[in-house]
Amino acid sequence: MPVKRADKTPMPVRLPEERAHDFGEVNEGYALERAMFEAERCLRCQDPVCVEGCPVRIPISDFIHEVAAGDLVAAARILRTANPLPAICGRVCPQETQCEERCVMGGRFRPVAIGHLERFVADQERARGISTTAERTHSEKVAVIGAGPAGLVCAGELARMGYGVTVYEGLHAPGGVLRYGIPEFRLPKAILDHEIAVLQAMGVEIVCDVIVGRTLPLDRLFEMGYAAVFVGTGAGLPQFLGIPGEDLNGVMSANEFLTRVNLMKGYTFPEADTPVKIGKRVAVVGAGNTAMDAVRTALRLGAEEATIVYRRSDKEMTARVEEHEHAIQEGVVFDWLTSPIEVVGDETGWVTGLRCQKMRLGEPDASGRARPVPIPGSEHVIPVDTVIVAIGTSPNPLLVRTTKGLQTDRHGCLVANEATGLTSKPLVFAGGDAVTGTATVILAAGAGKRAAHAIAEALSPAA
Amino acid sequence: MAKILSTRQLTPITKLFVVDAPLVAEAARPGQFVILRVREGGERIPVTIADYDRAARTIAIVVQEVGVTTRLVNRLGAGDDILDVVGPLGTPVEIPAGGHVVGVGGGFGAAALLCLMRELTARGDRTTSLLGARTKELLILVDELRAVSTNVELCTDDGSAGHHGLVTGRLAELIAGQGPGRPDHVIAIGPEVMMRAVAEATRPERIHTLVSMDPLMIDGTGMCGGCRVIVGGESKFACVDGPCFDAHQVDFTVAMRRGKAYAAEEKLAAERLAAAGGR
Ligand SMILES: Cc1cc2nc3c(=O)[nH]c(=O)nc-3n(C[C@H](O)[C@H](O)[C@H](O)COP(=O)(O)OP(=O)(O)OC[C@H]3O[C@@H](n4cnc5c(N)ncnc54)[C@H](O)[C@@H]3O)c2cc1C
Ligand code: FES
Repeated sequence: MPVKRADKTPMPVRLPEERAHDFGEVNEGYALERAMFEAERCLRCQDPVCVEGCPVRIPISDFIHEVAAGDLVAAARILRTANPLPAICGRVCPQETQCEERCVMGGRFRPVAIGHLERFVADQERARGISTTAERTHSEKVAVIGAGPAGLVCAGELARMGYGVTVYEGLHAPGGVLRYGIPEFRLPKAILDHEIAVLQAMGVEIVCDVIVGRTLPLDRLFEMGYAAVFVGTGAGLPQFLGIPGEDLNGVMSANEFLTRVNLMKGYTFPEADTPVKIGKRVAVVGAGNTAMDAVRTALRLGAEEATIVYRRSDKEMTARVEEHEHAIQEGVVFDWLTSPIEVVGDETGWVTGLRCQKMRLGEPDASGRARPVPIPGSEHVIPVDTVIVAIGTSPNPLLVRTTKGLQTDRHGCLVANEATGLTSKPLVFAGGDAVTGTATVILAAGAGKRAAHAIAEALSPAA
Repeated sequence: MAKILSTRQLTPITKLFVVDAPLVAEAARPGQFVILRVREGGERIPVTIADYDRAARTIAIVVQEVGVTTRLVNRLGAGDDILDVVGPLGTPVEIPAGGHVVGVGGGFGAAALLCLMRELTARGDRTTSLLGARTKELLILVDELRAVSTNVELCTDDGSAGHHGLVTGRLAELIAGQGPGRPDHVIAIGPEVMMRAVAEATRPERIHTLVSMDPLMIDGTGMCGGCRVIVGGESKFACVDGPCFDAHQVDFTVAMRRGKAYAAEEKLAAERLAAAGGR
């Protein structure tokens, strides 16, 4: 029987003053009692609207019901059928705009903590070694380009359906943004490693250090015997502000900063060989998940003051609510309605400040969001020694430039059928950020999964 | 993972490696580079592809010890594996056919001329390899470059081999018509001070000149922007748009300053490596 309780069962978190200086995970996860306690809050609606908010349509109330009953094996099985990366999505999905936004409990009370429960079940599954297996039943093999969530999920689904799969990844380690972007304190790499090991146990072959379009032309993959190709190359090309002073020492993209820290383990320098420099005062420009990750990482690396500079207000911020809350607790400063106009440096070429002007919100622009308008006479310089630019990324043009027949839109995103992922090139499918531009892990995972089924359909049409 | 098939010490701190890298060898073109990593927790560093042999499925790279990773690489020998080798990266060099091409190689930059001069000579260009070093022992791959260039000109700061003086001095003489004569195209590969001097030497003559930039890189695929170089007032990613750029458009002052951004950390890492007995 559902139990009426207004509030979510709180997620145990480490104290801000303790966690803000190391890379250990911030959220500690539910223990069984808390999970069952929270699971009891689910009303088990006849027509669960939460599922409509989930891009991969996890049968949410079914798995939560199993948690309430204490059957974690069953809960894990239900989760896995819909979402191949539950331990990751339970940690990084923007639940507040997806499933939890729809939860009917949310009307008068707080929604059921679906994300926390998803994470709990996946963590239990991992701890108990509940495994997934696959058997090769088709002779065809498929090549996947890019080992981010889109590529990994596509590969996992194809392996589960019995196809041979090889994933080609350009970097030296698989995971995409999960590896190089999202920091350890939010997504421990051990979890990613586990998910990847599960895929490998299912027969997915992962080959790193291969950049398709450079090391191998895409068309070579067909010559090598792959029957179809999935492109999951993400949107990794960083945008810069295009303001004076951006070439000064001490200005970098969030991608560079986070890659130094996460992929290259720069936070352990000189233990690891790649250095990362942070200085005393840091400004991070932008207010998405990337910006939050960068600003909180800066604090952990020893910055005394770390500030988010954003030209709109907190209402237009795209970061997950939980990240914003955690950032506030950890002491991040927020300069809303502030737009950088110049990076200021000293005679040695190092950054000394960020010149900004204050903005006010005007009429909605083409995107429907209020357009920030400069306030005359509001120019000021924020003294900083590091500026991290986190204003967005776009798809890397490398593969498209070197491949004939791949159509893109004017943003450089691959044109692909929404339901199947089929591109303008026969037997080449695509999904994830490469198609949508920067989106979310679960949307990339969902696209990978849909494409896997479309590929299976194309290779072995159901009789 | 790529296996080292053979090595050759070129100078006390410079070593040539022939590496088994079938896919890179098949795709490589002059002017491109690989990124390598030698240990877990290790850096990713760009290294120019000096040469490639598609039939043997190998590439040759030349590594000079300047920091921790290059030191670690040079400790490897035949039979050892390089943990990661990825490439070929960057945009291949484009030089219009039919002219006199002078390739200026400063120090170990000479290595990068090898496959380029071979290709240009083979298609019928007149080629001159203009090599410079402090002293005779530091000139590398002279015989190999002789075999693939129409002419080879040597310069040493101390006069121990070839012309006494800097490559730019000899380049000015070539431009004035001496020796192999005035170049139609110049490509300079070596220390930034040398490349900048070459750019200054050819600028008033309006001779098409390329330089191969070597900024700090991480991914090498256009993902971080750490390799930004200002070219013609615009910010370019050297790993994708380069590494070769129009020498007369490159802002060397910014490039040199950016190259030193991590000097203190590099020093610390080098000291730590030395204290650990080099491993
Ligand atoms: C710092 C940061 C924090 C984020 N936080 C969140 C969050 O909390 N929640 C959320 O839902 N989303 C978040 N996102 C967004 C999310 O990570 C992405 O939407 C998602 O990773 C996209 O997955 P993908 O598989 O399409 O691409 P990616 O994860 O970008 O993976 C693409 C992979 O392809 C490889 N590749 C590219 N080109 C080639 C090539 N030519 N050959 C071989 N390999 C290639 C790349 O190296 C990379 O590994 C965040 C993003 C960033 C940058
Ligand atoms: S090295 Fe990262 S973009 Fe060039």
